[in-house]
Amino acid sequence: MKKSDLEKLQLKANWVWQETVRIHYLAPETRVASSLSPVEILTVLYYGGFIDFFPKNRFSKKRDRVIISKGHGSLCMYPILADLGFFSKNKLKTVCQSGSFLGGIPDPIIPGYETINGSLGHGIGVSSGIAIALKKQKISKKVFVLVGDGELHEGSNWEAIMLAGQLKLSNLVVLLDNNKISMLDKTDNIINHRNLSQKMKEFGWETFEVKDGHSVREVYSALNKTKKQTKPQFIIFNTNKGNKVPKLENLPLSHVIPIDKNYMKEIFKGE
Amino acid sequence: MNFDKLVMRDVFLKNILQSMERNKDIFFVTADFGSPVLDDIRVKYPDRFLNVGIAEQNLINISSGLALEGYRVFAYAIAPFITMRCYEQIRINLALLSSVRPLNVTLIGVGAGYSYVVSGPTHQCYEDISIMRSLPNINIYSPSDSSQTDSVYHHVISQDGINYVRLDAQLLPKLSDVKSNKNNGYRKIASGNSALIISTGYCSHTALEISDQLSKNNKSITIIDLFDLRNFNERSLLAIIKKHKFIFSIEEGFLGRGGLDSIIFNLTKNLDVKYLNFGVNPEYLFEIGSRREIHEKVGIGSKNIIKKINSLI
Repeated sequence: MKKSDLEKLQLKANWVWQETVRIHYLAPETRVASSLSPVEILTVLYYGGFIDFFPKNRFSKKRDRVIISKGHGSLCMYPILADLGFFSKNKLKTVCQSGSFLGGIPDPIIPGYETINGSLGHGIGVSSGIAIALKKQKISKKVFVLVGDGELHEGSNWEAIMLAGQLKLSNLVVLLDNNKISMLDKTDNIINHRNLSQKMKEFGWETFEVKDGHSVREVYSALNKTKKQTKPQFIIFNTNKGNKVPKLENLPLSHVIPIDKNYMKEIFKGE
Repeated sequence: MNFDKLVMRDVFLKNILQSMERNKDIFFVTADFGSPVLDDIRVKYPDRFLNVGIAEQNLINISSGLALEGYRVFAYAIAPFITMRCYEQIRINLALLSSVRPLNVTLIGVGAGYSYVVSGPTHQCYEDISIMRSLPNINIYSPSDSSQTDSVYHHVISQDGINYVRLDAQLLPKLSDVKSNKNNGYRKIASGNSALIISTGYCSHTALEISDQLSKNNKSITIIDLFDLRNFNERSLLAIIKKHKFIFSIEEGFLGRGGLDSIIFNLTKNLDVKYLNFGVNPEYLFEIGSRREIHEKVGIGSKNIIKKINSLI
């Protein structure tokens, strides 16, 4: 990829980050920290040419399917979807307001969201069902599913992971937002995932690890590896919960801590 | 098809096998639960058959994903496992999701009530009607014999949405020659004027036995065999209820916990009728015995019910 294209992706990721913080500024009840860790993953996925999508024909058979499993931590999808024409950008000001379709936890009444997201541990299983169907119907599209590392404590994930490996669902890509923090503590202190990459390999998955999940270059290069595969793929993006926010980034309790108001006022002053 | 010699699951599966021939959208998923007829399905249609292993949560999520891509999915497992082990998956990815995306999924649960009689409470199922009733967007069918199971199949294959079909694991005799009218959701298998019994599944056989016994005392009973527990014709059933002074319900489910009796209570609460519900005393029983013996112990045996009804009417 050209350097200028990477720069464009970086600028877009910066914008998505800022708009996600703005959503939280307008709707402080949102859980923002876990929505800042997957900013670059989703930005590069949507703007880096990795998926086909059709905002005016959302359920076109020709689309790549993007499933969000870590529902709470995907508010950064709102600016992306609005920017790409799934709904009007004006709607971004209505998050959590009465009558809005943009809630604190997204649901498929939002154009661009495919499934129910609030309850954790469902995405990989549903995505596997979709991936099986696409293979049977000879539709050569992929299923990308955004999963959190805390969410991997749900046993249902492992039922799905075992089956997807067995069935060699090469059109299935798990994007693990490995921000290493659950709601009450660091994930490792609750149940340490240990060598996740090795585990997934044992279950028949191809795995890639991205050292810095906030580097658009690294994210791009990892997504590029998903193009021709014979197994399901598991990409571990090492990220920071509450990325780039002082007093929030990587705090064990960041899930429930709002961003400092004065900090946000500073960002948005003069607008 | 000669239904009388086939257990309900085989009637249902034989129908699916036949439909799969012309309907390429049918996909069959099982959680490692089988039947000889299922062997025919997996041999003949390996491309539309999947065993997800002993993993009911994934069974539902896979079914939901397949249905999102247009398949008409049948998911198959033992009744308590396909309803309770994966209840949240059913809630999220079938009941909730189907209110925003079109989904066609039929859950087939084998082993209604005490039908796995020697297997004990893990395999028995007295909670399914009430918990499935509490979810919107799910139709519930509870047939009482194999020919009614056939009717239920033809009904669910012709409609869109989410269905739960609870099937008895034992071979039950033909209950009646009366056809099961899908628009009514019930069939009247006996007419009388002393009382009305509304029952579902196996308990419709108990109702028939009770009615035979009571007829010896010149008491005649109307029996309604209710098989569609969500979309039955409320108006016509109410008309039948209003013709009787005493109404009884019998179910192989926990008493007063939101099953059939809750349906009948809601129907009769403002009427000038006397209503009494018979169901399983809400306790788990580990004792081994025949189904009839167990039924007497838990409160839904015919002797026990006849005694109570006789004291009232």
